[in-house]
Order: sequence, then structure tokens, then C-alpha cells
Amino acid sequence: MKRKPLNEMKVSFPSYSENERFARVAVSGFLTQLDPQIDELADVKTAVSEGVTNAIVHGYRNTLGEIFMQIRIFENRHVYIKIRDKGCGIADVEQAMQPLFTTAPEEERAGLGFAVMESFMDKVKVRSKLGEGTTLILEKTLKERV
Amino acid sequence: MNVEIKNYPSARTLVAEICGDIDHHTAKYFRGEIDKAIRSHNPLTLILDYSQVTFMDSSGIGLVMGRYRIMSEMGGEVIVASPPAYIRKVLQLAGMHRLTKIVTDIAPYIQEKKAAQEQNESPDDKTKESDKIETKTP
Repeated sequence: MKRKPLNEMKVSFPSYSENERFARVAVSGFLTQLDPQIDELADVKTAVSEGVTNAIVHGYRNTLGEIFMQIRIFENRHVYIKIRDKGCGIADVEQAMQPLFTTAPEEERAGLGFAVMESFMDKVKVRSKLGEGTTLILEKTLKERV
Repeated sequence: MNVEIKNYPSARTLVAEICGDIDHHTAKYFRGEIDKAIRSHNPLTLILDYSQVTFMDSSGIGLVMGRYRIMSEMGGEVIVASPPAYIRKVLQLAGMHRLTKIVTDIAPYIQEKKAAQEQNESPDDKTKESDKIETKTP
């Protein structure tokens, strides 16, 4: 069953690290229509920041590529965010998602990106193929405002 | 974004006040400035003042962990000061509270170590005593 989103936004940008901030601001701007609580918005921004940073640091390591981000809002304040890169891909997704696992210790990556995403979002899904890229899907149902 | 570094030589404490977002992009800059100050002042306590941090992802954890490593090698410690609630959440998720103290009052750490007999010194003198080094992004 395919649900129809109530609203949708797509954006793409090159994998410059300056754009980590842009991605967060874009998500937060689009979600203002739901009038989210500050802590929930901080959770989503943090998860998006981790996802986009992964694409920049790992997907396009030492290269420049395009990052695609899509946000959909569904009924009942359900938020769906897709972050996609056409970078190197992940050989072992399960291993990559282990807390403290990192392939970039020299950059002081703590290996906590996925742990943060999993803790701050309701659902985190990763699809990846070596040499083709990685798709990350983040989902969260925002609390009802009283 | 910028980081203001204050040195308190008599307490052998270095305070790094970080302003703005800490992400992968900005962490590189913060790290460089803080490490430069550690090398030139050789502190025993490094305080990362997070009170003016507006956003932080796991890059902010990397920043604490990396400095923890450096300070441990020198026999010193790292303290995180006054993180806002949403930043405390990220720190706790990473178990940072087991590695470093998280405090709200840094006064005990910037007072002179042998200060017992010099308690009458006014706080104004303390601020003057610290050599202020402010750095801004180019």
C-alpha cells in the first residue's frame, strides 16, 4: 500500500562539509509547518546531520559528489527523510551500524552516528551497494501539539 | 562560530568557550584551536565550555574524546561545562558522563590551586588574571 504524502521537499547539494549545516537548516525549515517541539526538532536535525556527514566523510571520501535529500510529511505527523549518495557504498551495513565502529578514527569520528540516529528517530533503514552508493531512510512520528 | 580560549596559569586550567554549531565541518577548526592552546599552555585541566553551543552531533563527542586522550597522556583531565539540555542528551547517549565530569560551575577549577590563604581576592582580579586569547574564523 502506497501512501500519499501531504507535502514533500527535495533538495540536492555537493558533498562539501559546509552543507552539513545547510541540510539541517533545510529540514528544520520544512518541518516548521508541523510546529514541532524544540527537542523533537533537535532530534531530527541531529539525525540528519549524522546521515549527511556519513555521506560526505564515508560515501564520498576524498572525492566530491552529489547528495540527494527528500523529506515527506504524511498524515498523523509522520516524517520520512531519505538521504542518498552515489558514493563508495558500505561493504557490511550491520558492522557499520555497530556503536563505536568507524573507518575514520583519524578524523576523530566517534563511530556513534548510527547509534545517535537510532536513538533519536523511530526507524532507521540503510540500503547500500558497493560502488553504487548508500540510501538512508529516517522516520519519526512527531508528538501531537496540545 | 568561534572559540574563546582563556588560560588560568595559577590553576593550570584552560577554558575553551565554544560558540555555535559543532558538526563535522566546524569540529576540525575547534580541534585545531584548542590543541594549539593545549600545546602552548600545558594545562592540567581542560574545560570545554558548551554553554553557548547551539547544535551538536556525534562530532562533538569526537571532540571530547580526542581531547580526553590528549589530556590523559599529559596526566590531566577534561571537564565539560554547562551543556544545554539537548546537548547533554547527546553526551549521555555516548556515555561521556563516565569519561569526564559534566559541571555547571567552573569556579573551583579556575581558582589558584594554593588559594586557601588568598581567598580574599576579588573575582574581578581573577578575570584580569586570565590572559584572553580570542580566535575567530577567517
